[in-house]
Amino acid sequence: MTEIEKKPRRIGSILLGFFLLNISFAQADELRIAVASNFLLPLKELTREFRNSTGEKVVLISGSTGKLYAQIKHGAPFDILLAADSVRPKLLEKEGLGIAGTRFTYALGRLVLWSVNSKFPFRNDLQVLGQKNFRYLAIANPKTAPYGKAAEQVLRKKGLWKKVQNRLVRGENISQTFQFVMTGNADMGFIAFSQFGRDQKQRTGYSWTIPEEWHDPIRQQALLLKRAKTNKSALDFLNFLQSKRIKKLIESYGYSLEN
Amino acid sequence: MISGAVDLGPVWLTLQLAGITVLILLTLGTPLAWWLVHTRSKFRVGIEAVVALPLVLPPTVLGFYLLILLGPNGWVGGSVEALTGSPLSFSFAGLVFASTLYSLPFVVQPLQSNFESLGNAPIETAASLGASRWDAFYSVILPLSRRGYLTATVLGFAHTLGEFGVVLMVGGNIPGKTKVISIEIYDRVEVMEYSQAHILSGGLLLFSFLVLLMVYSLNKKLPVNFS
Repeated sequence: MTEIEKKPRRIGSILLGFFLLNISFAQADELRIAVASNFLLPLKELTREFRNSTGEKVVLISGSTGKLYAQIKHGAPFDILLAADSVRPKLLEKEGLGIAGTRFTYALGRLVLWSVNSKFPFRNDLQVLGQKNFRYLAIANPKTAPYGKAAEQVLRKKGLWKKVQNRLVRGENISQTFQFVMTGNADMGFIAFSQFGRDQKQRTGYSWTIPEEWHDPIRQQALLLKRAKTNKSALDFLNFLQSKRIKKLIESYGYSLEN
Repeated sequence: MISGAVDLGPVWLTLQLAGITVLILLTLGTPLAWWLVHTRSKFRVGIEAVVALPLVLPPTVLGFYLLILLGPNGWVGGSVEALTGSPLSFSFAGLVFASTLYSLPFVVQPLQSNFESLGNAPIETAASLGASRWDAFYSVILPLSRRGYLTATVLGFAHTLGEFGVVLMVGGNIPGKTKVISIEIYDRVEVMEYSQAHILSGGLLLFSFLVLLMVYSLNKKLPVNFS
């Protein structure tokens, strides 16, 4: 074999070495939290505080609750799930993929109808959706995103579901739904209140918080996952999440708390 | 839709999208590829690089810019809205626009290398026999470029079939308008409806294989490039 042929192989094995090394490092000691998109913003602030007080490294993986559930079912290496509903955490607990007895509600979500387009002023009702002058209404995919499901319930309850069918655009998760509205691509959209940020910094245009009784409660539950059964920092984090100070912080993003 | 049944809507929509995109790309790509081969302009290298960009850019970059560009506040979407009353995002026309950009190099590059391999001889010969430029192109260049056109058509078509990231970002997942096969498969996998995902994925796999098989066997039968 010539020198030229040998070289790529040597480079290949060096790269492979780095790759394997990297895997073992990555698995060593970082806390991986799978989080429903609506809670990503508050969680970022929260984990900063957690890191400051404990020195633990936290990695966040966000997506729709349904997608995260599917990933966990297929062995995704996550330690904690912060879902946007109680359905999937319950299922995971039942299926043995979550640790029984660790499930609790960390926030109650609120659904908001939002528009940045001044052409669609709306007050405390959904009348604007019965009109024909808007083009697109964005919701999160009801099949995977609990906020999308809540939006569907609201529209059905008010007899608007059929009417808006050909105007619906579905975001893959609530973050994408927010993008659709923020960029003006969708005239209006159902988003999570928390996406306006702490103390509603991003709140522009028109918005209206949907009455809670118009949809099933968006009971957002946390669950410790199987692989983190004995992971101390994961347990610490779940305790941290239930502390008074952190609960206050969660509230400042517009969530309600369970009594 | 009843679960268990396979919705053929996305399949039909995807085929339409790929077909229209390829037609547009062949129309635009022919003069562009020809120009790239024969020009002495100092912009040639720059244009060549731009054409190749979709090969290296992540679809998310394209998707992000298109989301801004095609919306009612973007200059493309805004102008289209002023003309037609609706912007391009979340529409089939928007996907055609996106796919045309996304698949551009897959059509232009095969044509370009085809024209390059022909050289100047055929067109000069035709000219010396009194053929006009157009005539020379239609009766000499095109027949000699069948291989290039076949490759360009198939690659452009297949690449548009496989488009995912861009559509996910600017499509809005609307059945009948922007919900193409790849998005439908993604949706099914996300909610763990694997039987439907299997049918669509398997179908796409088989279709792609058969198309490529056809191209390679046809390619053998077509005349070798002029030299």
